[in-house]
Amino acid sequence: MSSIEERVKKIVAEQLGVKEEDVKPEASFVEDLGADSLDTVELVMALEEEFETEIPDEEAEKITTVQLAIDYIKENLG
Amino acid sequence: MTITTSLNDKVALVTGASRGIGAAIADTLGSLGAIVIGTATSEAGAEKISARLAEKGVKGAGRVLDVTSADSLAALLASVKEEFGAPTILVNNAGITKDNLLMRMKDEEWASVIDTNLSAVYRVTKACLRDMTKARWGRIINISSVVGSMGNAGQSNYAATKAGVAGFGRSLAAEVGSRGITVNTVAPGFIDTDMTRVLPEEQREALMGKIPLGRLGQPEEIASVVAFLASDAGGYVTGETIHVNGGMYMA
Repeated sequence: MSSIEERVKKIVAEQLGVKEEDVKPEASFVEDLGADSLDTVELVMALEEEFETEIPDEEAEKITTVQLAIDYIKENLG
Repeated sequence: MTITTSLNDKVALVTGASRGIGAAIADTLGSLGAIVIGTATSEAGAEKISARLAEKGVKGAGRVLDVTSADSLAALLASVKEEFGAPTILVNNAGITKDNLLMRMKDEEWASVIDTNLSAVYRVTKACLRDMTKARWGRIINISSVVGSMGNAGQSNYAATKAGVAGFGRSLAAEVGSRGITVNTVAPGFIDTDMTRVLPEEQREALMGKIPLGRLGQPEEIASVVAFLASDAGGYVTGETIHVNGGMYMA
């Protein structure tokens, strides 16, 4: 079983079409990884599916970096 | 060149498919190889669609859907996905009229037409969009009306919804184009269906005089435009409203 970090990074890489090694914790989806607004919506949907959860819109808006995504999943599924 | 209109095994959802334009669209998409889910508001209507599709050798089924109910929609999509896969072709065709002069229009007549003709387009499209973005391919075709562009006395509610879906379509086309999804509006003119058969003879005569082609359109003539937009042949058309009205209104 991969760690939450690994699973999040893999999804980010797949969704945004970037290399996994570029998916650093501090990386911002929009500024560093080239995501547009639709990409970020799709990314949250992919995270919801992977971790079988629902992320409310007001929380989803705050998830702007890889680390914030990892934190959110850990806090809410930990 | 060859024109590719095959829809091999793509799953198409057509709302309001028990009769009229919707029935013709369901049949035509099916004839091009799509798996067609046609919806009706009643069990009897759904069975009629199933029987018609089976008779024509089309894969798919008729199903019950109340487009104004989120629960009905969720149930339908869950069962369709399980049995056939997620729809990547969506034809929002279901619609109603409740004509009245505005000064006499009841709130209920306004609200129900807005809900069925416009809010339902939002509801059904949103529910199907996630799977289309995943597939990186989708076709959304909304059936509007010439009345949405030219106006018609007694149809302010209906016209508002039909102009509304065209604007909805342009905005959504801009949002999801990058995902290989096209969104278009087809605006029929005066088509020979139950909806127009109820018009008084006088009004039919008067309308006919304004149609350069001199006849009503047939449902199949709307369906063929929808089929074009759904196929690869129409792949570069998006955000557009295509008028199909025999020249009655030239936009």
